[in-house]
Order: sequence, then C-alpha cells, then structure tokens
Amino acid sequence: MAVGAQTATRPRELPQPRASAGLWSNAWYSLRRDRLTMAAGAVVVLIILLSVGAPLLAEYVFKTSFERQDLLHTYGRPTLDPLAYLLGSDEVGRSQVVRLFYGGQVSLFVGFVAAFIQLTIGVLLGLMAGYFRGRVDDLITWFITTLNSIPTIFLLIIISALFSPGAITLTIIIGAIFWTGITNFVRGQTFALREREFVTAARTVGATPWRIMLRHILPNVLPLIFVLTAIDVGTIILAESALSYLGLGIVPPTPSWGNMLTNAASYFNRAPWLVVSPGTMIFLTALCLYLIGDGLRDALDPRLKSR
Amino acid sequence: MGRYILRRLGQAIPTLIGILVLTFALTRLSPSDPIQLMLGGQYDITPEDRIALRESLGLNDPLPLQFIKWVWAILHLDFGQSFYYHRPVMDLILERVPNSLQISIAALLVTVAIGIPLGVIAALRRGHIEDHGIRIFSVAGHAIPQFWLGLMFVLTLSVQLRWFPIGSMNAVGVDCGLCWDRIWHLIGPVAVISIAGIANLPRILRTEVLEVISQDYVRTARSKGLREKAVIAGHVLRNALIPVVTSFGTILLVFFSGALIIERVFNWPGLGRLTFEAAVNKDYPLVQAGVVISSVLLIFSYLLRDIAYAWVDPRIKAL
Repeated sequence: MAVGAQTATRPRELPQPRASAGLWSNAWYSLRRDRLTMAAGAVVVLIILLSVGAPLLAEYVFKTSFERQDLLHTYGRPTLDPLAYLLGSDEVGRSQVVRLFYGGQVSLFVGFVAAFIQLTIGVLLGLMAGYFRGRVDDLITWFITTLNSIPTIFLLIIISALFSPGAITLTIIIGAIFWTGITNFVRGQTFALREREFVTAARTVGATPWRIMLRHILPNVLPLIFVLTAIDVGTIILAESALSYLGLGIVPPTPSWGNMLTNAASYFNRAPWLVVSPGTMIFLTALCLYLIGDGLRDALDPRLKSR
Repeated sequence: MGRYILRRLGQAIPTLIGILVLTFALTRLSPSDPIQLMLGGQYDITPEDRIALRESLGLNDPLPLQFIKWVWAILHLDFGQSFYYHRPVMDLILERVPNSLQISIAALLVTVAIGIPLGVIAALRRGHIEDHGIRIFSVAGHAIPQFWLGLMFVLTLSVQLRWFPIGSMNAVGVDCGLCWDRIWHLIGPVAVISIAGIANLPRILRTEVLEVISQDYVRTARSKGLREKAVIAGHVLRNALIPVVTSFGTILLVFFSGALIIERVFNWPGLGRLTFEAAVNKDYPLVQAGVVISSVLLIFSYLLRDIAYAWVDPRIKAL
C-alpha cells in the first residue's frame, strides 16, 4: 500500500515548542490573523508609498508634473489615454491623479508629524501629572480642561486665520493642541502604576523620578499609546483637510486633499470626479488608521476582545 | 443636590479664566494691527487721528490692564464693536444663537432617536450581522470628513436631484420661524452632523448593555416571566443609559465643531459661520466673543451633563 508506506517512512514530527512569547510577539501573532486590520495596514502602506513616490510616478508613469497645466484639456474625463488623466483633469488641465499623490505627501506629513509631537507632549505631561500629583497635576489638569472647553476646530481656525502659518508651523500648532487625550490616558495609567510594587522597588534602590517614569512606568503604558496614536493620526488628517478646505490650512499651489476640494465644488456639474477623489482619499486613509487602531487594541489587550 | 451644583460651578471658574486668558492672548499676539483692520479701506486718516484712536480704545494701556478692562466689559456682556460690521458684537451673536440651537437640538434628537435603538440592537445581536453592520457604520461615520459629506449631500441631493434646498435657512422671501420650510432646510445639515453622533452613541451603549444584561436582576426579571421587551426597556436600558449620559459631552463637542464647518457648507447663518467669517476678516472682538461664548456654552452643557448624571445616580454626588 503506497499510502501506508509513505506515512511509515516519514519521521514523526513533534510540534516545535514555541519560544515563550512576549507582549509584542503575541500581539503580532494575533494581528496576523486579523485580516481586516492587515488589509487596512496594507492600504495605508500603499497610500504612503504612492505619496512618497509621487515625483517618480509623475515623471515615469504619468509623464507630467503636478503643476503642468493644459488649457486645451480642462475638465477631462477619467481615461486611460493619456494615463495622466486616469482620474480626470481639473479646471486648468492638471492631472488629478498626480496632484492626489502629491496631496497625500502633505496630508500624511501633517498627520504623522503632528501626531508625533502631540504624543511627545502628551506622554511627558501625563507621566508628570500622574507621578508627581499635587500642584503639577492640578496645573496640567487645569490646562487640559481649558483646552477641552474650546472646540478644537475653533481654536485651529482662529490660529490659522490670525497667524496664517505655513505647513510646518501648522503641523506644530496641531501637535500642540491635540495632546490632551493622550495626557489624560497616560495620567490615569500612571496614577495606578506608581503604587505598584515594582515602582516601590525601583524607588528603594534609589532610582530618580525621571528614571522611574521613563524606564519603569512608560513601557507599561506604551502599547495602548500606539492605539491612541493611530487613531489620532486619522483625526489630525481629518482636521487638516477641513482646515485646508476652508482655505486656512495648506494653501495652493501646494496640493493637499483638503484644498483640492475648495474649488472642486464649484465645478461639480462639469467634473464630479474632482470632488469625489480627494474626499475618498481622506476617508480611506482615516478609515484605515481607525481600523488599525481598533485592531491593535484587540491584539494588545485581549481582555477587550470579548466585549 | 444644591451643594453639588454649587461645587461644580466653582470648578468651572478656573477653566473660564483659562479660556479668557487664552482668547485674549491669541488675538493680541496676532501680527495684524487692530487700528489698521478697523479703518479698513478708509485712507483719509491722518497719523494723528490714528494715535488718537489708539489712545481712545485703550490700546496703549499695559496688557494686564487691557485684559482686566476686557474681562470687566465681558462680565457686563459687552464684547465691544465689530470691526467689520460696525455693530455691537453682542447683537450679532444674539441674532445667531437661535439658528445654531435649532441645528444642535435637532441633531441631538436625531442622534438619540437613532443611536439608542442601534446600540441596543448591536448588543442583543452581538456577533451577528446587525452587530457587524453597526460597527462598520460607527468606524466609517468617524472617518468620513464631515465637510465632504455635506458637500456631497449638497452637490448630489440638492444640486443634481433638487430634492433639498441648496443652503441657507429659508426659501427666498419666507421667514416663518420653525415651520415646514425651515425643517426642510434643516434636514441636510442635521443629517450630516447627526452622522457623527450616531457613530459615537451605539458603541458606548453596546458595551453598557452587554454589562447590564449579564446582571442577576436581569435574570430575575426574566425568570419571573416578564416579556423580553419589558426586561430590555425597564431593566436593561434604564441602567445602561446612566453611564451613556457622560458621553453626551463628547457628542456635544462633535456637534460644536461639526456645526462650524457644516454651517459654512450649507450656508447656515449660525454662530459657527459667524466666528469663522470673523476669523477670516480678522474681526477680533467678534472672534473673541465667538470663542468665549461657545466655550461657555460647552462648559455649561458639561455642567448640565454632570448634574443629570448626579441626578440619575446619587452615588456621584459623594465623589
């Protein structure tokens, strides 16, 4: 019997014992099985690649630049020939698809850099408020309550209207406004962690407060901060696009997904694709970032999964 | 209860001071000269007149003194004259408040009317297609840019299909307060703003319902033969809604921010659009008033939320 012979000759394989898994490898293990999150991650990576590679794509694939106008081909319908008009052309005949990729550079830059800034501020202030308590905590909490009582978009609109910042300044301003959520979270976690035995142990061997905060407390808070950050990048991209749509954020000729929509609305009858594509890009990016946030949360904190 | 309310009011004072300082600092640090902005297109002004005007407006006073004068005026509900409209700021604001309230209240009603049933359904049908559908809607509702949704609404349903009015509050020549014409115009902005609220509410409610439904008293209610509907409405929902009250703060904040952009997309003459236009025109007194008043409204609604919370759950008062 051929089948029997085959099974007999194959040496018996024992399941390889897996190395004791840490938090991150466990999280990666369950993330890989979460198809929705992996798909969202792939889409974000694709959008990042297309945006970063925009100059190369424009030159070699679409054979145009983001500012080249063609007044003979305005409001061009989406077509494959020429490829530059894959998503149509705008009111001065510029390639919509190339501008979309360049716009991605701006939106993603603002999103990720501002998120990094707010993360840094948020974590530091949260650790300080939670660890030192008392006056420091009162002061930081007061600041957070004040900032939270002014609708964020009001604050952003007023600052950009009065000071007309450039892209970099705008990014810093957004980062300096959005940190309150992270601070609240880190503060709460630090409150609980500072009473734990390992912190007391660190203190008894003479660790300084900053060493305890950064080496002992921060690593315990870090995983869920990544969840919040992924979600915040999405929120910041949404805020920046709204601001740019209103004409206050990133100002033309630099294309951003928001400011591409400012004029597009007036041409809707002739070229609806000009309204649809930037909005879809904003929606898709924010959606994927939120899904990644949700997926990360499930992967890092399995207790939440049952909910 | 009275003492609790007083204590909460007291806690609001430092926040209020922070808002006043921040607003004042933002407008005073801005690089444009208020005199230049006030005079606008008038060129037949001598430098002496400028200096006199600057002196009469108190702009030469030290900043702390200017701040105290400004706060003192605000306490008397005087926000000064608008640079752009040349009218008292308070009058401009008061004209717009009812318009903004119409949108917010309508959006809140729609959110509650749709969000609560969705939250209960998601919990009761956990893991089923309804639950997944509501979850997808929640994430998508958060991720969709509100201004774009509004834009798409106007461009497709109003411009192309002509089902709804294109913008503003009334048809031309009609001004009838809250009549059918107004409700007709309200549908667009309210629908778009509510989406954000409806994306929020079911998620929170679902967690709470799942928590409550596994409690012993729910099993007792079922085992004594109550109909399932009565159990859900009388025992589960009543208790699950208590923590949800706190989430109204977030939802209101979403409405406030949404309103600013949506009022512009739908050309709705509300507080948000007024503040936006003031910011663009660098109309400082109006900007200051817009920020201070919307923040006070927000603090006030947080306060109402906390009082409502303390009222439904007396344990909170002790905290």
